[in-house]
Amino acid sequence: MYIRGIYVPQFVALLFWVVVWEIVGQFELLMLFPPFSEVVVAIGDVVTSPSFVDAAALTAYCYLAGLFLAVVVGISLGLLMGLVPAADKLLNMWINIFLSAPLSALVPVIMILFGMGQPTVIVTVFMFAVWIIALDARAGVQHVSTSLKEMALSFGASRTQRLKIILLSALPEILAGIRLGVIRGVKGVVIGQLLVSIIGVGALFSLYSQNFLMGHFWALILILFAFALSLAELIGRLEQRVEYYAGARH
Amino acid sequence: MNAIAQAEPSATVAGSAPATPIVRTRGIHKVYGGTVHALKDINLEFKRGELTSLLGPSGCGKTTLLKIIAGLLEPTEGEVEVNGKPVTGPGPERAFVFQDFALMPWATVLRNAAFGLELQGVNRSEREERARHYVNEVGLSGFEDKYPHELSGGMRQRVGLARALAVDADVLLMDEPFSAVDEQTRRKFQEDLIHLRERENKTFILVTHSIEEAVYLSDRIVLLSPRPGRVGQVIDPEIERKGDPDAIRRAPEYLDLTDEIWRGLREYVE
Repeated sequence: MYIRGIYVPQFVALLFWVVVWEIVGQFELLMLFPPFSEVVVAIGDVVTSPSFVDAAALTAYCYLAGLFLAVVVGISLGLLMGLVPAADKLLNMWINIFLSAPLSALVPVIMILFGMGQPTVIVTVFMFAVWIIALDARAGVQHVSTSLKEMALSFGASRTQRLKIILLSALPEILAGIRLGVIRGVKGVVIGQLLVSIIGVGALFSLYSQNFLMGHFWALILILFAFALSLAELIGRLEQRVEYYAGARH
Repeated sequence: MNAIAQAEPSATVAGSAPATPIVRTRGIHKVYGGTVHALKDINLEFKRGELTSLLGPSGCGKTTLLKIIAGLLEPTEGEVEVNGKPVTGPGPERAFVFQDFALMPWATVLRNAAFGLELQGVNRSEREERARHYVNEVGLSGFEDKYPHELSGGMRQRVGLARALAVDADVLLMDEPFSAVDEQTRRKFQEDLIHLRERENKTFILVTHSIEEAVYLSDRIVLLSPRPGRVGQVIDPEIERKGDPDAIRRAPEYLDLTDEIWRGLREYVE
């Protein structure tokens, strides 16, 4: 970004709000907003505490398990819908409903079904991430060029070989879906744990807010944001590599 | 002189050696969705070693006919024979060159060119050797490790051609292969195709909407009329193609025939 012709890096915007936060915090107007410096100090505190290490490990496990399931099921669903029109008619409406529905409202139901522990959190992550992955995979499969499919057929490709070509052609869309799923999954893991609120990061959030440790509370939020953004960035990098190859799809 | 013959299966040009038909279509009808009559009663013979163009305005079903010969589409009625055997689907004796190249964007030039052989289960070193030969043949040596997006449209179509040549099919089916490249590239490509035919003993069936291209390249031109697509006329241009390819474009036979076909097709364009 340029201000009066001078190049200003993007993170300056971030810095600006950090400074605003610090100033507002210093006035001690609201107990909810400790100064940013206090939050930064608290990050060190939080990260080194044993309860955080436990919570992080549990959160990571639930998140990765749920995301893995979502990727596998999502891509399979997307493939099925992209290839079989009957399956598409049957499923598309439901997937769109789940995609736009406020899933947080479903978590209590999931809790009743799966109990107050890890399975509920895993299922919540899954429910948050799977639909967008399925829809993007479906779009990818439907946009595979007809001539590429005909090419495979005319040179005598078997069913498996044709499926492989379809998958590779749809890879850019599939990866875009996974990137969105990764971000939605973080929402899922946090919301799931908050509502269950006796395990993982959710338990920590309750602990900090009940004891008015607002610095720690914000520190934890910053850590989660950083985690979600770095993951999304990582997938984004991978995506760029693939887009690069698929950039000229014809 | 141009010998103009009607659509009779056995019409051969006086003076040229009679060649045996390699592809034969019998009473091909194609109806889309019960109402759109795309092709009507197509009876044609394509002779071994010849280049035949299917020429006609858009909507005349020329690509449909080519895809039926390729086995990618099924005719509503009638049958196609290749080497005397009825066609039930794609086969190794036919190779297709696509209008939009149909290259795999994730694979290198060499792997794209070798893809037909890969599908046939030829081992890696052998198929790469053969692909390398044909990549060289179409004038792309040095580009083996490039990806399709790094090539121009014309170069991408050369890869498509190398892929079709590498499987060593008897018949090359080309669906408007030069329509997606610019004019200069198209001309160079047409000249190269004439040279290629001198080296490779193959039968070519070429779909085109360009009268000049058809006259320039073909031993035989099949004119299709639109809606429903029927064989309007079969023309055997007698144009000497040995020597300077540029001279063809100035030859009176070339210019006369181009004009004549245009006069015939004009009515469909209105």
